[in-house]
Amino acid sequence: MAQVVPAERDLRRVIGDGDAVPDGEVEGLTEHDLLELHRSLVLLRTYDERSVVYHRQGRIGTYAIFWNHEAMQAGSVYALEDEDWIFPSYRESAIGLLRGMPARTILQWWRGHPSGWWNPADYNVASICVPIATHVPHAAGLAWGKKLRGETAVAIAYFGDGATSEGSFHEGANFAAVTGAPVVLFCNNNQWAISTPLSAQTRADALVDKAVGYGIPGIRVDGGDVLAVYEATREAVARARTGGGPTLIEAVTYRAAPHATADDPSAYIDPERVEEERKNECVGRYERYLRRLGVLDEAAAEQVRAEAAELMRTGIAEAEAEPPADVALVFEHAHVDPLPAFEDDLRELRGG
Amino acid sequence: MREDSDVFLMGEDIAEMGGSMGVTQGLLDEFGPERVRNTPISEAGIVGAGIGAAMQGMRPVVEIMYEDFLTLSAEQIVNQAAKHRYMSGGQLKVPLTIRTQGGAGWSPGAQHAQQLEAWFVHIPGLKVVFPSTPTDVRGLLWTAIHDDNPVLVFEHRLLYPVKEEVPDELEPIPFGQARTVREGEDVTVIATGPMVHRSVEAAVEAEKNGVSVEIVDPRSLQPLDEEALVASVKKTNRCVVTHEAVTRMGFGAEVASVIQYQAFDWLDAPIERVGAKFAPLAFAPVMEQFIVPNSEDVLAAIYRTVGRDGN
Ligand SMILES: Cc1ncc(C[n+]2csc(CCOP(=O)(O)OP(=O)(O)O)c2C)c(N)n1
Ligand SMILES: [Mg+2]
Repeated sequence: MAQVVPAERDLRRVIGDGDAVPDGEVEGLTEHDLLELHRSLVLLRTYDERSVVYHRQGRIGTYAIFWNHEAMQAGSVYALEDEDWIFPSYRESAIGLLRGMPARTILQWWRGHPSGWWNPADYNVASICVPIATHVPHAAGLAWGKKLRGETAVAIAYFGDGATSEGSFHEGANFAAVTGAPVVLFCNNNQWAISTPLSAQTRADALVDKAVGYGIPGIRVDGGDVLAVYEATREAVARARTGGGPTLIEAVTYRAAPHATADDPSAYIDPERVEEERKNECVGRYERYLRRLGVLDEAAAEQVRAEAAELMRTGIAEAEAEPPADVALVFEHAHVDPLPAFEDDLRELRGG
Repeated sequence: MREDSDVFLMGEDIAEMGGSMGVTQGLLDEFGPERVRNTPISEAGIVGAGIGAAMQGMRPVVEIMYEDFLTLSAEQIVNQAAKHRYMSGGQLKVPLTIRTQGGAGWSPGAQHAQQLEAWFVHIPGLKVVFPSTPTDVRGLLWTAIHDDNPVLVFEHRLLYPVKEEVPDELEPIPFGQARTVREGEDVTVIATGPMVHRSVEAAVEAEKNGVSVEIVDPRSLQPLDEEALVASVKKTNRCVVTHEAVTRMGFGAEVASVIQYQAFDWLDAPIERVGAKFAPLAFAPVMEQFIVPNSEDVLAAIYRTVGRDGN
């Protein structure tokens, strides 16, 4: 069990503030684990910051920024086994990096190239879901299927605070509960859904309270605290794997960047709050923690950053070197066995 | 909204942000948060609550951010809004307006650019309009809000920048009245939404080669101004039907059927259909361009109709 620092409304925290709030620690994590988590955070942060630059340079399309969401992704994935399935939303587009997916692949997804469509079974990472919450039932169903087959894998679905307003979220959560599916429902509560604040999304005191209605356990955790997220997910995964069914995790953070590169938040956001949140962003917070522990020195941190930067340089170079998409794929990929209806269009494509 | 306090708006991000496409910008300041309401992300709820409000006399205008997400409110639209009047023995009215936007041309991929109007023209109980110009949007939206039936208003993302002078006085446009966009002699192009503009480009090109093209925009798809479409084809004797939605099994097939049945003896060539290829829309721009019909596709179809009878 973690030494969880007491916080308001049962928000689990491990990382202190280096001042009045003391640091805790998560049982069972070695120094190696702590540094691996750091590597994951830096990898995601670098991916995100480079992507915003690539977008400005016109090298990738509209991009959903996940700055300050890295702790939720890195912490939770670290609690999974490779056999466990991940169902990302657009906010977790680069989560495959943590499963060894090349940066090139994800960059191609954002460049609109068909080679950005990976085979989910290669990484146990499902395709990115952009329609809100519609993947929650998929995760429940996949997990239930694993259970029926007697396999040990679990699934985790990531979705936002706004997603909890969708019927698909409700139906998926209830379905998971009723079937006892081994799934973790991971809500990234960044308190905004584009321009709509959480207060306009729900009257619930906390999103985690919804777990009560489904009859499943809920955990509320500081989403900027990679260790607390890890610990919460580890608990939920262990429960799922041993037949205890689903858990709803509400990870509380704050969207300190635009919704996506196409969004101008000036009409609705509170700039002071954003400034404040940016000062406490999750990667810096974890690095300060590691330094207090004496685990991370600047040279090591610099090397991790350099490796991540190199990965991105290679990734974008490889992506841009790929030939343009083969247009015939639009037919070949639509059905397992192309329909006769495609024939005319294919003939036109081949200039016949 | 100024004239009728029963009219109110709701949808995702329509208030401070003015909608994802900026359509409702400024309305929050004028009408306040009760009449310009941001909703939770609940498409079934948005349409369902709109139906409820409409049942007791309000005239809600609800927005579904992308028409692809009409799928999430399909039960409410197809089984509820469209059926309430029928299943109350003609006693209930559902004066609900559902605005939505979609369309390709900016590479948003398979789930954010579909043209799904044909799904809804197929449902008795609904009316469907698809304006292609600012004047038509204004006049048709007015009629939609005042209509006592549920009406879907389809907007095309690429048409938002289209500018034109609109009359000072708002002129309501009745449903079921096509607009002749351009007069011509040799072939009639029946076009909806963005294809109206792409057809105009094709017509200008065809003109240079001595082919005179008439363009008719039905504007309202349900009800459909069959009379105007048939009259135009009887004049030109040839017909191209075009929409951005997938050609196969599409709205154009219905139009072609209307024309062949009512103007069979006037036709000098088979009716051509121009629409999207039968493929999911692609992110990749080259693929999207291949799938989505453009003015050259319309032009080629025009030439096929005139070429076939030896002109
Ligand atoms: C079904 C559906 N409705 C609407 C949208 C448009 N949309 C895209 S992102 C978004 C906000 C989602 O907010 P939230 O669930 O909090 O996730 P976040 O973006 O904050 O990670 C909306 C409404 C969509 N993609 N899918
Ligand atoms: Mg959110």
